[in-house]
Amino acid sequence: MHPAPSVIIFTTLSGLGFGLLVWLGLGLLTPTGWVAFTFFTIAYLLAVGGLMASAFHLGHPERALKAFSQWRTSWLSREAWLSVAALIVMAIYGAGLVFWGAVWTPLGWLGAALCLGAVLTTSMIYTQMRTVPRWRTWLTPALFLALSLGGGALLAGQTTLALILLPVAAILQIAWWVRGDSALARSGTDLATATGLGDIGTPRAFEPPHTGTNYLTREFIHVVGRRHAQKLRAIAFALGYVLPILLLGLPLPHVAAALAVLSHIAGILASRWLFFAEAEHVVGLYYGKRT
Amino acid sequence: MTSLPTSTQRKLGLVIDLDTCVGCHACVISCKGWNTENYGAPLSDQRPYGADPSGTFLNRVHSYEVQPESAPAQLVHFPKSCLHCEDAPCVTVCPTGASYKRVEDGIVLVNEADCIGCGLCAWACPYGAREMDAAEGVMKKCTLCVDRIYNENLPEEDRVPACVRTCPAGARHFGDFADPDSHVGQLTAARGGFDLMPEQGTKPVNKYLPPRPRDTLGQTNGLAPFLDPVAQESKGFVAWLDRALAAL
Ligand code: SF4
Ligand code: SF4
Repeated sequence: MHPAPSVIIFTTLSGLGFGLLVWLGLGLLTPTGWVAFTFFTIAYLLAVGGLMASAFHLGHPERALKAFSQWRTSWLSREAWLSVAALIVMAIYGAGLVFWGAVWTPLGWLGAALCLGAVLTTSMIYTQMRTVPRWRTWLTPALFLALSLGGGALLAGQTTLALILLPVAAILQIAWWVRGDSALARSGTDLATATGLGDIGTPRAFEPPHTGTNYLTREFIHVVGRRHAQKLRAIAFALGYVLPILLLGLPLPHVAAALAVLSHIAGILASRWLFFAEAEHVVGLYYGKRT
Repeated sequence: MTSLPTSTQRKLGLVIDLDTCVGCHACVISCKGWNTENYGAPLSDQRPYGADPSGTFLNRVHSYEVQPESAPAQLVHFPKSCLHCEDAPCVTVCPTGASYKRVEDGIVLVNEADCIGCGLCAWACPYGAREMDAAEGVMKKCTLCVDRIYNENLPEEDRVPACVRTCPAGARHFGDFADPDSHVGQLTAARGGFDLMPEQGTKPVNKYLPPRPRDTLGQTNGLAPFLDPVAQESKGFVAWLDRALAAL
């Protein structure tokens, strides 16, 4: 799949922002006044900034409201509802903390649940795609949720929680990569089923339908070199998981925590780039690109 | 509404005969010609005369080589457009309701006024049958020429999809698969029409007919004896010339 910067930024940042809001909503930290304002501003910049970035990849952003209509069938529509609901509920809860120093616990819990729902629905947009075997596993929502909660804990300064959740996310990440590498082969879809010519013999793409590129080749047929991908995986893993965990063990908690956050974001951006770039859409088979 | 209908009254679709398709791409051109000036937004081209031309098409013809175990390789031309799936994943993922499957005839369409151009439906289609138009920012796909097949302003023989009407080899057939006695139903039954990527669970309406078995080297036709050279030995001047040339 084409690794579109807008979607990489969206899923990474809004995941973090919603993760931070979950911990705020659950009352693990109940800042008030200016401190609360700062926490909520960071969370909203991340969550809303991510959502705005995702609007950039739409052909007609001005019709975005229509995307709320199909929640019965569409995960994208459900994501739209849950994100907006989460942001509204958490804004009210945050206003309580900022202006009145009040902790409205039930509202916070509701907001936290909606935030988790928003991250879950985002991940389900990818998980539901039978056309991309690498994504179609329960590990995808598990990884998205673990990263959102772990990164959120990092941002919320919850060191103990982060030290539990980041290793969990790291294990899920490795499992996701390992499973993903053989997902297409195990999916049962290959050029023989794509063309139905397998009964005659072994099919091979002989001549493409067009000599130039088209929407399909640009959007779905991104090929990353194996060595290139392995290097990036190592970088993503070191920056996203290992370094933040090590940094949290250091003295100078504030500097270390800030560095841990930056390193984590950089690592997860790299991991998200791979999430798209390495994903093999089965339409690539028709173009002889998946063998 | 992007819920799929539980059943449709008719199942309009195409039969594509991989045995007769000659790979001329006439259907590609007639499809683009008709659809760029009729239903919905035009099918734009980017840099058509430049170094890196690109454009939107609703129908494309691939070519594959198949290597049987012990016979010469075969070349198969392979036209591909929307298969108007019964369990169309492209429809249910659409957040706006722009993509839908018609209850009356099963045609899968995009209401372009509602489409936000998110591209999700193209992600969900395993066949690459949807292309986002780079100029209009909306999703384009085969409409089964919905503006021809019911169009009483056209002569009756033209009330079929443009690709079917134009195919010089007769490799494309249009009809109602809900009726087993229809032309397409009978063709599918007689020739073993199959689904593309059945494991994807899309239940395509369009069917493909496999190439017929080829004859093999050494397999002779009843007329072959008549094709043997009549004169085995040359005589006269020709024989002398043969010998003279051989001696050189
Ligand atoms: S071929 Fe693709 S676009 Fe057409 S109905 Fe099936 S899934 Fe949808
Ligand atoms: S691109 Fe248009 S038709 Fe396709 S899923 Fe998005 S809104 Fe629906």
